[in-house]
Amino acid sequence: MKTNGPPSSIRIIGLGNDLRGDDAVGLLTVRRLRQTIGDRAEVIEAGMAGVDLIELMKGASVVILIDAARGGKAPGSIYRLDASVSRIGGQVFPRSSHAIGVSEAIELARAMDVLPATVIVYGVEVGNIELGQPLSPPMGEALDHVVKRIIQECEACHA
Amino acid sequence: MSEKHTHTRTIAVDLVARVEGEGALRVTVKGDVVQDVQLKIFEPPRFFEAFLQGRHYDEVPDIVARICGICPIAYQMSAVHAFERIFGLRVEGALRDLRRLIYCGEWIESHALHVYLLQAPDFLGYESGIAMAKDHPAVVTRGLRLKKAGNAIMTLLGGRSVHPVSVKVGGFSRVPFRRELEGMKDELSWARDAAVETVRWVAGFDFPDFTPDYNDVALRHPDEYPFNEGQVVASSGLQISVNEFERHFTEHQVSYSTALHCTLQGSPYLVGPLARLNLNLEHLTPLAKQVLADCAVALPMRNPFHGIIARSIEILYAVEESLRLIERYEPPPVPAAPITVQPGIGMACTEAPRGILYHRYEVDGDGIVRKAKIVPPTSQNQCRIEQDLRLFLPRLLSLPDKEAALACERVIRCYDPCISCATHFLNLEIRREGSA
Repeated sequence: MKTNGPPSSIRIIGLGNDLRGDDAVGLLTVRRLRQTIGDRAEVIEAGMAGVDLIELMKGASVVILIDAARGGKAPGSIYRLDASVSRIGGQVFPRSSHAIGVSEAIELARAMDVLPATVIVYGVEVGNIELGQPLSPPMGEALDHVVKRIIQECEACHA
Repeated sequence: MSEKHTHTRTIAVDLVARVEGEGALRVTVKGDVVQDVQLKIFEPPRFFEAFLQGRHYDEVPDIVARICGICPIAYQMSAVHAFERIFGLRVEGALRDLRRLIYCGEWIESHALHVYLLQAPDFLGYESGIAMAKDHPAVVTRGLRLKKAGNAIMTLLGGRSVHPVSVKVGGFSRVPFRRELEGMKDELSWARDAAVETVRWVAGFDFPDFTPDYNDVALRHPDEYPFNEGQVVASSGLQISVNEFERHFTEHQVSYSTALHCTLQGSPYLVGPLARLNLNLEHLTPLAKQVLADCAVALPMRNPFHGIIARSIEILYAVEESLRLIERYEPPPVPAAPITVQPGIGMACTEAPRGILYHRYEVDGDGIVRKAKIVPPTSQNQCRIEQDLRLFLPRLLSLPDKEAALACERVIRCYDPCISCATHFLNLEIRREGSA
């Protein structure tokens, strides 16, 4: 796990496997954000972290997670789900790609009463997650969008 | 879903929860007789084998670490040892110790996850670790803190706990200072006590009376509990060097699964904590031996549900071994031994948390991988899981379909199948046909 920047109450965590095509989208998003977000948020690349997400989220007041998603929409579609008060769909973030999945890790943190006050999950619908493949074409635009939306989200938090 | 009029009943459960990865189980029952059990695995590391061809050997540890989010060290260790055999290099001393230490970290974190969040809910009557955490927050907190102790070792030695990056052929890209390792001693001392409590906790569970006749397979080393070195031994008496693995262990394609089934001389066998413990009891620490004796389970263990005890004993062993290795650590003069690339074929087998993980590589004179073969533990246990289900299913046939399906899941989870090494999601289907 790589972190940068000073500890902040906003923590942005990217998940995924960068050997598997579009599954890297969460990692690529945080790499892009790391260059632009400055000290507005802490940025973490968490790879295939499963239950370790609980530890990675601890101490932040706002957590923004970005992961590959499969919700049946067109590749490149962006989901924004607020996990702060209720469960997000395990079908969109299947447990397959990162062992214990994002939704389960969040629910475990909630059950143990250690879930940060605000947890927003961005999902990007994947197309191709075959090993060794590059990002599929719709991902480029999706990446730009999701980066922009997360920056706006951080600005709103600081406003 | 039930279709009694046609004498065929099919139960489909969307997911077998708390199994890493993706797969499916299909059971066919005719009358009172189990006709067929098929564990389907969709996505084998075969794809990685092809992906590794043409890569420089130095890239391989980083690539194979991404096969599985749960056991990256196992993949790295099998790879680096195989390459070192090709290059005629033997890593000794502090570097060898550090490799044992990082493997301890992986066992602790993987086993703690399985014991506390994946399997304990089965024994305590919860549908998930999440549901269990609501009623037993202190227990789950202990499990997560144990896991974190393992993560801390992996992060310190591997650079990070997910996709560790510092393991390389010859050693590490960076080795820790003594004071860095010593900084973990207090937490590991806590972890030793927590591991003892863990064993006592799980030993008090109610276990089904089920004792198949297993052929245990594990590494065995003359002086130590095995991680990276040793002969491949079986309770049937087999004792071979890793180089002979493929002469005795053969993989078969089955029509219903893209993962290969591995058998030992044509028969199913067992790898993982239960087998490893049965074959290496004498190398446990005195404390681990005592705590195991207190469990009052018959040895060698034959009940797959006792795997949770074996796994907990291995947490204790790995914590104590970590403390021992830290105590005697003096930084090595160089973080990695120099490599002289030469062409050849090398094999290695190491003890992943779930059992032996075999790698074979063929490299050319430039150090480019020409062929790669990976046999993960879950593929090796696949036949054994099917065999266990065949034996266990008759006692489930009087149950409603849903309960029978859940009981099958519990059997499968005993193996801690890391199907993500080999696949993703497990869908479960039981097909019941009327008597012929």
